[in-house]
Amino acid sequence: MKKQLLGMAALTAIALLAGPALADGELHIYNWGDYTNPKLIDKFSKQYNIKVTLDDYDSNETMLSKVRAGNTGYDIVVPSDYTVKIMVEEGLLEKTEPDQMSNFKNVDPKFVGVYWDDGRHYSVPWQFGLTTYAVDTAKYKGPMDSIGLLFNPPDELKGKINMLDDMNSVIHAAERFVGVPRCSADKGDLKKVNDALQAAKPFWKTFSYDTITKMTSGDVVVTETWNGAAYRMREKIPTVKFAMTKEVMEGWMDNVAVLKGAKNVENAKLFQNFIMDPENAALISDFARYDNGIMGSHKYLPPEFGNAPEINPPAGTSSEFVPPCPPDVIEVYNKIWTNLKK
Amino acid sequence: MATELAAPGSGSTGPGPAQPATLTTAQAAQARIDQRSFVTRWLLTTPALITIGIFGVLPLVIIVIYSFLKAAPYGGVVWSPSVDAYVSFLFQQDIFSDALTFSPDFLEIYLRSLVFAVGTTAICLLLGFPTAYFMATRPPKQRNWWVLLITIPFWSNLLVRTLAIMFIIRDEGLLNNLLIGLGVIKQPITLLYTNFAIVLGLFYSFLPFMVLPLYASLEKLDFRLVEAGYDLYASRPKVLFRIIIPLARPGIIAGCLLVFIPALGAYVTPLILGGGLHLMIGDLIAQQFGSGRNWPLGAAQALILMSAVLVALFLYVRVSTGKVKHGQR
Amino acid sequence: MRIEGAGKLSRAAKAIDLRSQFGFRTTALVCLFVLYFPILILIVFSFNASDIVAIFSGVSTRWYAHAFINEEFHSAAINTMIIAVTATIGSTIFATLAAVATTRVAPWRGQTAVYMIINLPLMVPEIITAVATLSFFALLGQELGLNFGIGNIVLAHLVFCIPFAYMPIRARLESMDLTLETAAADLYATPVKAFWHVTMPLLMPGISSGAALAFIVSFDDFTITQLVAGPGQTTLPLYIWAMIRRPMTPEINAISTILLSISVLFILVSFGIAQKRK
Repeated sequence: MKKQLLGMAALTAIALLAGPALADGELHIYNWGDYTNPKLIDKFSKQYNIKVTLDDYDSNETMLSKVRAGNTGYDIVVPSDYTVKIMVEEGLLEKTEPDQMSNFKNVDPKFVGVYWDDGRHYSVPWQFGLTTYAVDTAKYKGPMDSIGLLFNPPDELKGKINMLDDMNSVIHAAERFVGVPRCSADKGDLKKVNDALQAAKPFWKTFSYDTITKMTSGDVVVTETWNGAAYRMREKIPTVKFAMTKEVMEGWMDNVAVLKGAKNVENAKLFQNFIMDPENAALISDFARYDNGIMGSHKYLPPEFGNAPEINPPAGTSSEFVPPCPPDVIEVYNKIWTNLKK
Repeated sequence: MATELAAPGSGSTGPGPAQPATLTTAQAAQARIDQRSFVTRWLLTTPALITIGIFGVLPLVIIVIYSFLKAAPYGGVVWSPSVDAYVSFLFQQDIFSDALTFSPDFLEIYLRSLVFAVGTTAICLLLGFPTAYFMATRPPKQRNWWVLLITIPFWSNLLVRTLAIMFIIRDEGLLNNLLIGLGVIKQPITLLYTNFAIVLGLFYSFLPFMVLPLYASLEKLDFRLVEAGYDLYASRPKVLFRIIIPLARPGIIAGCLLVFIPALGAYVTPLILGGGLHLMIGDLIAQQFGSGRNWPLGAAQALILMSAVLVALFLYVRVSTGKVKHGQR
Repeated sequence: MRIEGAGKLSRAAKAIDLRSQFGFRTTALVCLFVLYFPILILIVFSFNASDIVAIFSGVSTRWYAHAFINEEFHSAAINTMIIAVTATIGSTIFATLAAVATTRVAPWRGQTAVYMIINLPLMVPEIITAVATLSFFALLGQELGLNFGIGNIVLAHLVFCIPFAYMPIRARLESMDLTLETAAADLYATPVKAFWHVTMPLLMPGISSGAALAFIVSFDDFTITQLVAGPGQTTLPLYIWAMIRRPMTPEINAISTILLSISVLFILVSFGIAQKRK
């Protein structure tokens, strides 16, 4: 009798642990925090009868560290552009050939020949955006068309600026301000960058990724931030404006990729194809307020999104995706950053 | 750290089995306690040792190994030995000439963290001791409730708690608005994103780590000794400093260690409340594993920190054991 | 401040007087106030009608409604509690055993080493423990195929909870005197009996302090858990932290308050049961 009970208990335990027997499999997604529309997951889950788990990370580096260590159990990750390049080079991604999937035709052509995945053999666009800065125009009415506002602000803005706590974003911004190329290894260029940063630091109040709270709480008037965040700020404080600078702006794109050796590769591929559908891409954008790279998705979104100034850079401005800098340049960047923050 | 309490009746301080038959009953009892002890002691410490040994020490060995390797181009390590990490702790190639010069940058950062850690420990002790004493002198039935009271705030999430603190101390926050409204000040006092905010945040986070060990130690305080002090017409401060504090010494030490050591490596709270303007050790090391892409350097920085703490701790243990052996307390 | 004619005062009067110290009550109450005020703000803001964390505008319970249907929050909360409770119980037990063996005893070989090892996790910066443990478990997984699921996180937490539990218990033990145990031994009680009936009850304040610290430390851990957690093992700190680049709504306040209330309730109930037994 006892043996039977034990056996039954064991079976029940196994059944419970194995998950719902009805699912056609599972998918384990590892994405940025608060970046995935639950409706998207629900729709995918129901359409393919797949059980989806979603876990969050707060930076590319965290995700990369875990993936490098191996054995994570995740199938899908969402790296930013430069991280995709690194992961492809280190052999961490599965070559899923999205360019041969049925929905591939919907991908905006300008996002196909990208530096991190030319021809899209590994990754699919998730969302993309710009990084410059946002200003509360109720508190500052002056010009905001140049990245110089962050480095050489007028007196009224001194001490009221937040910068991202991100070495690359801040240093690249300085490079644009000084007018030297990205990832330049030239010592003279680097010195100019270093000097510009040192000169600007007294004008900065904080370094933080929490840009939306910084703005909405009134701690700062100007903050280096991303366009989607500026959109969210504007929803609360209508006078917030996102700067579209005359210098080339920093662009970034987050992409959906499949980890090499993932257990559920086929389901992961289904997901990659799923999000290339315009209606599903619209669900993605609706959540975090960033544009996606799929054509035709705007008609599924409210018009104020499509018309939003944050995602419509005016003519005459341009943006660039910045590849990761070579290690010797990163070494100098590190010194500049430590020097800045010591 | 063999600080033996000179309890009445127990005389044995040496290791090893019983002495000849001239023992008193108490000594014999003590010998009995000591005798089965050696094996028992190892057995008792085994669960803790194994857990920490396998899941704490072994992973650290990996870090030690990493510190002697080369950094891979985009993070991670390359399996080729190098002492670059340790060299670059003190000597860096100047950004703009190529000479290897002594660079005090990291030392400055370490010093800053040290100062904050010492300050936090001091404030926690100054304010925590009265708190623990107060708790320990409540009627016995109440005491557990006070322990509960002290710990409940920490069952909320750290980030949300920190946001609440920010709400109170920011320039347009509750405190400033209150003070301005009451007419006490005209302009807001800048509290957030200053050193004050960092110390406040650290104090808040670490107070229970000082109070609880102190409480555990003080709760057992034999107030007859205090009474004896008063009977001898000692003043209140004298009783405090000559009787109570020395008796609370184990708790004070435990509390200070539990605050100082983690506070050295603390970085989340200082980062948020300090505004990220100045690097602390924790942030510096985390940076190496992040966009700094230099794991060996991060490992080396951590090991240098830990060695310094270990050496200090070791010296302390030796000194205090020495004191006991020579009859000083 | 001399207590003149102390001998003439009644015992009771003396007892009340001799325990208090100047300003201690005030300091304690001020500390508690400082500790609780932000919590009060936290709770108040969970009823914030606005959806920005920083500005209060009107009262509403909608965030609680959000939290109740938020599945990610549920699983994160459950994970956090499982890990914290297990790590607390485990580390307290191990720490108690270790403390008894290393305190107030005749010096034995290896005692200092044991003390150092037990306190080692305290000294390691969290990010290092995180990277080290991640690498270690990855190695275990690859070479030996060992993966304990959420047990990985529990083990990692056990490691750093032990020193936090150990220190108060040890401090307590050092403050106790041996007479009671010696008496028990005189009465020929076995060491186990002596321990269980004499030492343990006296040790209780130390043990509960240690357990409280271990729980706090595990409950809020972010850096280490972030790197060690696998799919489906997100804990509450991870979940909330990952939101830092996005707009944070008062839902995180609601979540915190809910979890806080549950923890408090749980402890009150256990206390109530313990009191009843007495």
